[in-house]
Amino acid sequence: MPLAEPVNEPAPPPAAVVAPETARAYWRKTSNLMWTVLAIWFIAGFGVHVFAPSLNPIHIAGFPLGFYFAAQGSLIVFVLGLWWFAKRQNQIDEEFGVQEDE
Amino acid sequence: MSATTGGKDPFIANLNKIYAGYTGGFLAFVVILGILEQLGVPDRIIGYLFVFLTIGVYAYIGIISRTAQVAEYYVAGRKVPAVYNGMATGSDWMSAASFIGMAGSLYALGYGGLAFILGWTGGYMLVAVLLAPYLRKFGQYTVPDFLGARYGGNLARLIGVVVLITASFVYVVAQIVGVGIITQRFLDVSFAVAVFLGLAGILVCSMLGGMRAVTWTQVAQYIILIIAYLIPAILMSVKVTGVPLPQLMYGVALERIEGLEAAFRAAGQTPPPGVVGFHTAPFIGPNGQFSMSAAVNFFALVFCLMVGTAALPHILMRYFTTPSVREARASVAWSLFFIFLLYFTAPAYAAFGKLEIYQNFINQPIASLPEWVKNWQIMSPYGVPWINIVDANRDGILQWNEFRIHPDVVVLATPEIAGMPYVIAGMVAAGGLAAALSTADGLLLALANALSHDIYYKMINRNAPTKQRLIIARALLILVAIAAAWTAGNMGADILFLVAWAFSIAAAGLFAALVMGVWYKKTTNTAACVGMVVGYVVTFGYLIWSEFFGLYFVELFGTKEAILNAARAAANLPQASAELKAYASALVANASAIQDGTFAWFGKALSGWGMNTDHVVLRGRIVARLWGINNISGGIFGVPLAFLTIYVVSQFTKAPSQAMQDFVESIRIPKGGVRLADAREAVKE
Repeated sequence: MPLAEPVNEPAPPPAAVVAPETARAYWRKTSNLMWTVLAIWFIAGFGVHVFAPSLNPIHIAGFPLGFYFAAQGSLIVFVLGLWWFAKRQNQIDEEFGVQEDE
Repeated sequence: MSATTGGKDPFIANLNKIYAGYTGGFLAFVVILGILEQLGVPDRIIGYLFVFLTIGVYAYIGIISRTAQVAEYYVAGRKVPAVYNGMATGSDWMSAASFIGMAGSLYALGYGGLAFILGWTGGYMLVAVLLAPYLRKFGQYTVPDFLGARYGGNLARLIGVVVLITASFVYVVAQIVGVGIITQRFLDVSFAVAVFLGLAGILVCSMLGGMRAVTWTQVAQYIILIIAYLIPAILMSVKVTGVPLPQLMYGVALERIEGLEAAFRAAGQTPPPGVVGFHTAPFIGPNGQFSMSAAVNFFALVFCLMVGTAALPHILMRYFTTPSVREARASVAWSLFFIFLLYFTAPAYAAFGKLEIYQNFINQPIASLPEWVKNWQIMSPYGVPWINIVDANRDGILQWNEFRIHPDVVVLATPEIAGMPYVIAGMVAAGGLAAALSTADGLLLALANALSHDIYYKMINRNAPTKQRLIIARALLILVAIAAAWTAGNMGADILFLVAWAFSIAAAGLFAALVMGVWYKKTTNTAACVGMVVGYVVTFGYLIWSEFFGLYFVELFGTKEAILNAARAAANLPQASAELKAYASALVANASAIQDGTFAWFGKALSGWGMNTDHVVLRGRIVARLWGINNISGGIFGVPLAFLTIYVVSQFTKAPSQAMQDFVESIRIPKGGVRLADAREAVKE
């Protein structure tokens, strides 16, 4: 156990780096992007696979379509979706001037 | 590789050159061994060379990356570029289960096995969007650090540590079992010796250099595991279709498998136990008809694996190591890309392997099976040979249900099944070893860091000097590793099914508290602690109860028919204990007296959708299923409950202070410093 309770250093917290209104607007836009990505996630992760039994009779290059979506199609959507998200979020950061200092 | 503090680390600056040289070196090594094999060097020597030389390289990287700095030890100095962190996360993530087990599950389950493919990739969307950038901005050392800082100190931190240890420990034990299985086969030593050899390999990577050493070893391991996975798949694709793109060409294999399955069925044959007879058909029961229970379990498993991905601390802590928030986001995308390379190959691997077996072995005389089959007829830790040839009808011909291959050896045995040179089999073994070792490294580090940093430094001795903290961290790493190896050696493969539990436990215990800590400012300390406990207890409790006390579970939640069925199954179960058998027989003898369980109304709440509370016989036990959901997906109950609890309790408890709300604001924005609500939560480097 520590001998003494560590002192609560009175060092003032760094001041807010952006105005509260900017922060709010930034967060609103970021939240919208979050919901968009979650919608993509839900459709690619769950939604399309509900229809797998009806998609499977369609064969493309030998692949039953329902099987293909679960084995490859959705994965490609996830990977591309993340690249797009990283790019889009960087744009939003720059739009509100809240990106990290280099 | 000296421990520089400035921005110009010569090692970081030359990463591309170093790893390109390393990749070339590995390929040259494979070619040389291939030549040696042609010159008549025995298989056994080739196996030894693969195992010892790769472990030697990992050990070398581990030793040159040693460090005496806390920030290097815990977060690799936060200077791992996004691409390399992506590779390291890839091998941290892909365990023995991914490398060895997944194509095997796909081989056995067909479409049903795709739940693992979807679940173990889609979770990265949650990581990237909901957590990684904010945890990086928060920027301390561990996931419990965040819980402690956000939710008022040691109670939340402690709960986080308990969940972390439960999930990571069962996971790391399974990796060590995986290492044991591979070394046992390729070095010809006993399982117990193999486990401790593997342990030495793991420790030498992580002990001296912590996260820094583990990061650069994991990159090296990723390169080996991806090469080892892709080459056999490419060779099989060339053999069957003439085109070296297995991921595009296995549609051909799928079509032929469907044709062969139909032909076997037409001849009155049945698939071997545990293998579905309809490879590409979704959500089916044993006869190929639609099954609601199969569909529900598929989606529940996908959900639990995805949310579990986003809650496992050994993955989340990898995003503490990038230089910036921006790189953390890019790094998640790279991680998923590197994982994707293996995961979109796995169904191809499974399809080509299955086709080889169906075409070349089924309906052939057993006497004419090739020589290598004998190598795999050694006993597995499950009590049956890895490849079990059972001439059930004694006609000397191998029927569909007479070739029984354990899913765990499908990947390891496929090169031999497809008639490739032994050097490929050795390379695949080295890849499996890399996958198991890299994940074990990451998990052990997460466990040891939780104990040394969160428990010892933050809760017991806040004034510990740097040197002492690192000594404690290393000592705990060794202790945890020995405990895990001991458990693996004693319980063996019986514990492998626990891996899937790790996802449900982490998902239910941590995910809601982490996400709401960032996204819902009004989340209170009490709410988060209660929510984590509720998620953890409900999920872990359900897993234990349904797995080990299945009959009693059904007695409480089942209808009288379900109870009678479970009792009949228990009475006839060869592996059941004498007491359970006696108890079940007594129930069956007195069948007319059985009443609906006390909570049968709850158990049949969803029976309108075909989801009944029942049991299945698995792993030699009566395993209960609430609403027909397998306990592998137990997190489906815990995760929503944790979110609900946190939200509701937050409405009734004292709102977080302004300082805390400022803290949340500050981690939401990439720019600027983090404003901790409590200065004592700061970590001294």
